[in-house]
Amino acid sequence: MIRTSILTLAAAGFVATTFGAPSPVVAQKVDFAGKRIEWIIPYGTGGGSNRWARFYVPWLQKALPGNPIVAVKNMPGASSTKGTNYFARRGTKDGLSILGTSGSTQFPFLLGDRRVKYDYADWEVILATPVGGVVYINKSLGVKSASDMKKLQKAKLKFGSQGPTSLDLVPLLAFDILGLNVKPVFGMKGRGPSRLAFERGEVRIDYQTTPAFLKRVTPLVKKGIAIPIMTWGTLNENGKLVRDPTFPNLPHVGEVYKMMHGKAPKGPAWTAWKAFMAAGFPAQKMIFVKKGTPKNIVAAWRAAAAKAIAMPGFEAAKNKKLGKYEQATGKKAQALYKVATNVPPAAKKWVLNWLKTRYNKVP
Amino acid sequence: MIESMISAFAEITSGTHLLYLFGGVIMGLVVGIFPGLGGIVGLSLLLPFLYGMDPTSALAMLIGLVAIIPTSDTFTSVLMGIPGSSASQATVLDGFPLAKKGEAARALGAAFSASLYGGVIGAIVLTFFIVIARPVILLFTSAELFMLTILGLSMVGVLAGNCLSKGLLACGLGLMFGALGGAPATGEFRMSFDNAYLGDGLPLVVVGLAMFAVPEIIDLLRSGGSISKSAKLGSGWTQGFKDMWAYRWLCTRCAGIGCIIGALPGLGGSVVDWIAYGHVKQTAKDSSQFGKGDIRGVLAPESANNAKEGGGLIPTLLFAIPGSGSMAVFLGGMELIGLEPGPSMVDGKLNLTYVIIWSLALANVIGAGCCLLISRNVAQLTTIKYVYLAPFMVMVICFAAFQATRDLGDLMVLFAVGLVGIMFKRFGWPRPAFLIGFVLADNSETYLYQAVQFYDWGFLLRPGVIIIFVLTVISIWFGARNAPTGETDLADENKPKPTNMKPQAYFAAFVVFLFAWGLIDGVQHSFLGAVYPVGICLVMLPIAGRLFYVTAKNKTEHAANFDYEIEGDHAGKEGVPGLVYYLTWLAGFIATVMLVGFWIAITGFFLTFLRVHSDASWTRILTMTTCGVGFITSLSWIMVLNFPGGLLQYYFKLPWPLS
Repeated sequence: MIRTSILTLAAAGFVATTFGAPSPVVAQKVDFAGKRIEWIIPYGTGGGSNRWARFYVPWLQKALPGNPIVAVKNMPGASSTKGTNYFARRGTKDGLSILGTSGSTQFPFLLGDRRVKYDYADWEVILATPVGGVVYINKSLGVKSASDMKKLQKAKLKFGSQGPTSLDLVPLLAFDILGLNVKPVFGMKGRGPSRLAFERGEVRIDYQTTPAFLKRVTPLVKKGIAIPIMTWGTLNENGKLVRDPTFPNLPHVGEVYKMMHGKAPKGPAWTAWKAFMAAGFPAQKMIFVKKGTPKNIVAAWRAAAAKAIAMPGFEAAKNKKLGKYEQATGKKAQALYKVATNVPPAAKKWVLNWLKTRYNKVP
Repeated sequence: MIESMISAFAEITSGTHLLYLFGGVIMGLVVGIFPGLGGIVGLSLLLPFLYGMDPTSALAMLIGLVAIIPTSDTFTSVLMGIPGSSASQATVLDGFPLAKKGEAARALGAAFSASLYGGVIGAIVLTFFIVIARPVILLFTSAELFMLTILGLSMVGVLAGNCLSKGLLACGLGLMFGALGGAPATGEFRMSFDNAYLGDGLPLVVVGLAMFAVPEIIDLLRSGGSISKSAKLGSGWTQGFKDMWAYRWLCTRCAGIGCIIGALPGLGGSVVDWIAYGHVKQTAKDSSQFGKGDIRGVLAPESANNAKEGGGLIPTLLFAIPGSGSMAVFLGGMELIGLEPGPSMVDGKLNLTYVIIWSLALANVIGAGCCLLISRNVAQLTTIKYVYLAPFMVMVICFAAFQATRDLGDLMVLFAVGLVGIMFKRFGWPRPAFLIGFVLADNSETYLYQAVQFYDWGFLLRPGVIIIFVLTVISIWFGARNAPTGETDLADENKPKPTNMKPQAYFAAFVVFLFAWGLIDGVQHSFLGAVYPVGICLVMLPIAGRLFYVTAKNKTEHAANFDYEIEGDHAGKEGVPGLVYYLTWLAGFIATVMLVGFWIAITGFFLTFLRVHSDASWTRILTMTTCGVGFITSLSWIMVLNFPGGLLQYYFKLPWPLS
């Protein structure tokens, strides 16, 4: 009799822990003590996303309840779709596996790349990191600032690129809209080699994301070789394009268009550019857990992200490594996530058509 | 400059610096001795230690780790014929035959002293070069880099053996395999059957293992006994050191080559060892022993690949463009510590740069010294009966291959390309020529396309391009002068020539088919995506066709005629199982991995293989299995690595390590 009741109890316990997770566990406080969190970064060790993740690891470890180990797992391949597909298939719903995406993960998803087997709607955003982009040119072009950009219209320019469906879609389309004569040279293995081509004088116009610009291009600007002319700008709360906070003295693309053409940009090309810029930069890097993860665990993650960015010393370290962008958590992160992963169908259609006619490229 | 040197010298001779450097070396040695792991895994091991350390100590540790990897991977290259990393593929060519001859200790001694010497020479060159390097490196544009890939490809002449058409075809196959995946200019996926894995191209580490390690394992199993045919170790490492000293000028030249090629951003370090190997072969008076165990074939790549790491520091420190995998790791580590690479590394922080360069040299000395000390003991492995070693080898190469992209595809490519490697070995096709084509495929296409885009065809008249072109002509001339005549490199004069060339004809037909397939696939792409593979196939098809004609007509006197099944050591012996037998074992193993995952499959493989092939008792078999599987399990646990999963893991969530 006693034995049976013990067995029943044990069985009930087993059932409760295995299948009935919500009821007794929800009440519990989340504690990751002694756990190892696997953070999938679908990029290699050499790039910006890896740098971003490694920057965040110590802050997250300190902020998460129980101070677990956060282990970054680099899974590069197939334009980041490989690691992301892996997370979509194998990621667990217990807060112990998280994903870090970048603009180059968003773009294949938005453009309907065949290799994409993931859906952003299946994930909950924890944190979003905005990034900007700066366009700079060689001083030999004789353009000192954006105000004499009109001169640039006559110049034949080349631009080192990884491909039109990568994040380079944003600069390539921007050059088209501005009416610059830019011919992309593909096959660059990253933004680094493009910058090297700029230093060699092979290309005379280039862009870098904010952290890379601050670290790698600033010395060239100081030497007088490179002249920064504009940024992509960033979106304010109303979805309006405004200047990049890290570079308040540089005009954004919209302003430059006005300087060159005397009127503000509009039309389907401009709408499409803004949509893809918004997908690629204001929420370029995001941290996700899977939907279906218990609510208290999601809440714990969100609280930890908010705690991490409020820690003493974080602000200074971030400004140095990631630029002066406000790291978004909670509601703000969710708003950015919506903008980044929901491009209006008209904009998508326009871009797909542009890729086909301009570059004969179907993603 | 002098001031910076003095302060740097004081820094590296301080006790703590040496201590951390030593710590890094030991850690790198432990990781690097295991093929396929190398830098990236090393870094992830080191990361927890680096965080919170003071920058100079952390830097010392990082350098120690990076410096030792191209040294320690020599162990498996020489002793087992498994190229530990892409930097030591060429070492296998002569190092492994030396081990088979029972001279493993000598080969290791030579390799490590050459590493040490090359590392030091590299540091000396760098000390002066770094100050003027920035403008010099910017002179190497896409046009010059393209011409350099042609210089590399011209080495095929010397690596081809006596039958040039086989050499050209091998190189062509390498180029075609290298062109598989996304096209540099358009991103179109070539020859990849819409498969995401193939879309990224074949990983070099896997191809290297497949071409060298897989055929050797099967060959060794069939011929029985131990790796060292005499089951002896030979005269030991002092002899190796003497060899190095006797050829010190060769080592100096190769170190110089390694340093310069390593310093060019975009070319990558993986081609350095092949160029050094080609160089020694084309300048040697008597090149008949290469590939059969010529000590110079060990000295040249080893002195070059350590100097290469030093050269690789230049683009990393000055431009933040890492030239190789280990340099990418180094760059990541530098950023983690808070050091910013860039022009300031020579303007304001020259003393720090010297600390880095000299620490690298010092780490080379310490690392090579450690390796020398343990080489005699490790070399004992070659005297063990191979049947016992084989499951370990299979485990090691599969695990190493899997580290390339952590995809089950790595294992399938290992097997598929391994089949090609086996055929290459059997019919005497030059595997080095294949590898050189493979390594240079992507770079040659990318830089050709970019050079034409940037400079139009006028790029051919750039002074740098003309200089490198002249060097290429000289290199070909040297190679032609020393080309071996008569017998095939591998052929033994005492063995009869094959009289039935049917198997060779089948393989030639297969090669014709591959090029035809490349052509058919190529023409379906846009002009820029198609021009390169189609060009290669159009050149190669007639050569392959002619070889097929020769072999199908059974022209036995033709230089191409070679069949290891008739001329090899095992030929004519009793009880040697066919090629297919052990191949079936390998295929069975990989199929099991696909079904139940690596961990279960390797356990099963150990048990069944040892039970069937050795006369060991169950106790002994179980002990060996526990050791092997236990070792790889703890290694993976420490390094946060997963095992390849199969269908079972796809449908069921299993606890680690089964998952």
